[in-house]
Amino acid sequence: MSNLFIKCPSCGVTHFQSILVKSLFVCPECGFHHGIDSAARIKYTVDKGSFTEFGKNLCSLDPLSFPNYEEKLKSSMKATNMNEAVVTGTATIEESPCVIAVMDTRFIMASMGSVVGEKITRAFEYATEHNLPIIIFTASGGARMQEGIYSLMQMAKTSAAAKKHSDKGLLFVSVLTHPTTGGVTASFAYLGDIIIAEPQALIGFAGPRVIEQTINQKLPTGFQRSEFLLEHGMLDKIVSREMMRETLGNILRLHQNVSKPQKEYRIEQYGLK
Amino acid sequence: MEKRDIENELKELQNKLDTLKQDVQGDEKKAILPIINQLEESALSLKAELYRKITPIERVQLARNPNRPTTLDYIKYLIKDFVQFHGDRRFMDDEAIVGGVGFFEKIPVTVIGHQKGRDVKDNIKRHFGMPHPEGYRKALRLMQQAEKFHRPIINFIDTPGAYPGLGAEERGQGEAIATNLYEMSTLRTPIISIVTGEGGSGGALALGVADRVFMLANTIYSVISPEGCASILWRDSSKSGEAAEALKIDANNCLMMGAIDDIIEEPHGGANEDHLKVAANMREKIRIALEELSQYSIETLLEQRYNKFRKIGQFKE
Ligand SMILES: [Zn+2]
Repeated sequence: MSNLFIKCPSCGVTHFQSILVKSLFVCPECGFHHGIDSAARIKYTVDKGSFTEFGKNLCSLDPLSFPNYEEKLKSSMKATNMNEAVVTGTATIEESPCVIAVMDTRFIMASMGSVVGEKITRAFEYATEHNLPIIIFTASGGARMQEGIYSLMQMAKTSAAAKKHSDKGLLFVSVLTHPTTGGVTASFAYLGDIIIAEPQALIGFAGPRVIEQTINQKLPTGFQRSEFLLEHGMLDKIVSREMMRETLGNILRLHQNVSKPQKEYRIEQYGLK
Repeated sequence: MEKRDIENELKELQNKLDTLKQDVQGDEKKAILPIINQLEESALSLKAELYRKITPIERVQLARNPNRPTTLDYIKYLIKDFVQFHGDRRFMDDEAIVGGVGFFEKIPVTVIGHQKGRDVKDNIKRHFGMPHPEGYRKALRLMQQAEKFHRPIINFIDTPGAYPGLGAEERGQGEAIATNLYEMSTLRTPIISIVTGEGGSGGALALGVADRVFMLANTIYSVISPEGCASILWRDSSKSGEAAEALKIDANNCLMMGAIDDIIEEPHGGANEDHLKVAANMREKIRIALEELSQYSIETLLEQRYNKFRKIGQFKE
């Protein structure tokens, strides 16, 4: 029953869960975007019934025999009913086909280990092979330290896959959601042709606490938030959850010719001549 | 034998040697020369034994030893007619990364590396080898210049990590590192990267997407510092010893996990003990790597570079 009321951490106003479900978990009072799981994200973003998942069976190992990692994986799988922290597949958004990947912070803060790296890489490779645009909703605490150097190397692996996709003339839209930090920020999250963020999302490489300790001063309000990053030229656009589907649909339509990559601009391809 | 005992024995031996060398003069010295030689040999083998028993956190301390050669030292030892270049052409010159061109043997190469300071003042100027976005952008600019002139690239990696600061975040630390990983993956010239000290997380990897990645024997390459790991996992940064062990950040483990291609030997006790020896070992490895890499067409080189990173990871399905 405790789920019935949800208190907004931003304005403190309490709302019925049913109201928040209708508002896509955006606070009707102040516009705060509550965290949502990958299933809700996919439901809010893609055309109904169009999502086909791939890579669902990939599971993490404990290659370093790291203290408590196996238990952590088991309890996360049980709590989320997922095998890992990212969901990948194909879908259509306002009828435009695309590859989509959505990270889910309920699973060990959606940190990137071998499986997250592999699934993102496969998503890029699938999109490259099938001439499809790719949309990635990022959210991550950073690299999965329990997998040591394997997790660090996923940054190189995913970035190289993004480059191959780009070199074929295909579109990558990166949507940064709260929070996107560390190794994910410093790899595929910032490699989109178009980079969008949800309002007030924390986005950065170093965590705020580490920065505070290093420079020994308090950080300005709004530091590393979407609005701050937009002002500093690090984002193309901030888009509210409500407008996300429409915005992505429009961007995909504007790149429709991209599904048959062209080497150069030719007016005939738009049927104008 | 316990490590403590070996250390004590080594100290005793050293004292004995010192006294002998000091006190005995003239003809007597000649007579005891065989004894001195024998003692010196035992000292060496004790050192080797100590070296074999080194713990992960001691390895971290060796990797951070301020007397290890820095990038500018390696350039002095290995590169002829070096010309240093500065700046990212956008905002500033970040001296946490240095770079330029010179001759390796007779081959013109681009050399880039993290640069730690030699003293407090130098370290403040260079942020202890922790780059801002401008450092990574300077590195990329020089690498793209190398691509244009078909010069191989040699990168030296030695950083605690990218600098965590206000300006660094404002100007896109994440974007700068990501762009290096992205562009390096298809840079049309051979790249060799060598971890010479600390390979600290994304800030290190931003110079590490290469055809050959080597580590010096007493260096570390890690997704997070042992202190950072310990404070997140156990809320206690003093447990860095446990973290260093759990993270498996030494060269042997990195080689086993496929993250690097080879290890470059150091003298017992570390690179700090004999700069020239390490530089000579390094010269040999670079020479062989450049010879090998020159055999491939650029297309083959890029395919191999992609596959090298593509296959890193452990999972089941
Ligand atoms: Zn609110």
